[in-house]
Amino acid sequence: MQNKIDANTPWEEMTPGGDIYEAGNAKEFKTGSWRSMKPKYLSEKCTQCGLCFPVCPEDAIPVNKEQKREDFNYDYCKGCGVCAKVCPFHAIEME
Amino acid sequence: MAYNLKQVVAEKPSRFTSGHRMCAGCGAPPVARHILRALKPEDHAVVSCATGCMEVSTFIYPYTSWTDSFIHTAFENAAANIAGVEAAYVSLKRQGKLPQDHETKFIVFGGDGGTYDIGLQSLSGAMERGHDMVYVCYDNGAYMNTGIQRSSATPKFADTTTSPAGTKIPGKMQPRKDLTKVLAGHHLPYVGQTIAYMNFKDLYEKAEKAIYTKGPCFLNVLSPCPRGWGYPTDDLMLINKLAVETCYWPLYEIIDGKYVVNYKPKNKLPIEEFLKPQKRFKHMFKPGNEWMIEEFQKEVDTRWQELLDLEEMGNK
Ligand code: SF4
Ligand code: SF4
Repeated sequence: MQNKIDANTPWEEMTPGGDIYEAGNAKEFKTGSWRSMKPKYLSEKCTQCGLCFPVCPEDAIPVNKEQKREDFNYDYCKGCGVCAKVCPFHAIEME
Repeated sequence: MAYNLKQVVAEKPSRFTSGHRMCAGCGAPPVARHILRALKPEDHAVVSCATGCMEVSTFIYPYTSWTDSFIHTAFENAAANIAGVEAAYVSLKRQGKLPQDHETKFIVFGGDGGTYDIGLQSLSGAMERGHDMVYVCYDNGAYMNTGIQRSSATPKFADTTTSPAGTKIPGKMQPRKDLTKVLAGHHLPYVGQTIAYMNFKDLYEKAEKAIYTKGPCFLNVLSPCPRGWGYPTDDLMLINKLAVETCYWPLYEIIDGKYVVNYKPKNKLPIEEFLKPQKRFKHMFKPGNEWMIEEFQKEVDTRWQELLDLEEMGNK
């Protein structure tokens, strides 16, 4: 419900006290459009060393239950390039 | 259990989600996310942020990036706020009005403006009263959210909008407050100074100790700001590394009053290495300004030696 609230919503339709009831619903706000550079994942070069796993400010590097990373989540990646710089194996290229 | 980065990330989903509006390459989100990963998955947390970048960009109505309970608050009272919630929780639990088999943890995140300066009184009060909580300062060394004004965490000589380096003054004129030591003076069960470095082991382990040590605990985490510090966004982890390897930001903890220095660089790098990539220190490299670098180095060396001495005193 509250995700439909925007700048034009009258106050009567807002949540009391400005409360947000859904935990972590910022996921519905896609920040990928901020990006001017794009990281490219070269999976053949990746050794799954894990160094890039925690560095992404946007949590845009999915890691699966097998402890392996997958391709970027471009819905949120802002293209900062932090992941590419930490990869010792050049498995991430910015373009 | 020994720390295993891959396992931690794979098995503990993020409690600080995507879709927040911190700047690209900001140093703070990886810090907050990894600290929250130190929570046991079955434990719930109540988080509050002092006014600051993190507060305004993670909880923009009607969206929240926090999967735990979150309370908006002001600059000066984040610690008081969480302390009050913790006191209510303890009372309700004692009265049997809350389930006995559920743990809730209480965590504050504040920037240096909200921690070193404006919120210091409420932080000091909450720590002294002994609430079971963790206060995390993510220190980016100025009021970044409002346009890079100097704070008491800003290092000497840094160029900010309220300490502009020019012909009148050489950037900020006063040395940086050592807040970790100020908190140590509260004789807390646990105080840690850390950073997101390498596999984030130091950050995670300190977060775990701070969260699961009973009583008031404090973490100070250096958190670079590409805009305010003036370095390319992709250099975040390099800047963190240089902060540690030059001993500008020593990694240490104080457990029940005993100092432990967690990392001693074998080859302590000269402070220029840390200063050079940052535009806020650019004027220090102009001919005639060598004295600034010398003075900066001297301060780093003095503080580092003091820390080593404190550790040694505890070993006696
Ligand atoms: S470029 Fe930045 S935002 Fe995008 S995946 Fe890499 S670290 Fe994350
Ligand atoms: S840092 Fe590079 S090699 Fe390591 S897991 Fe990430 S992409 Fe793969």
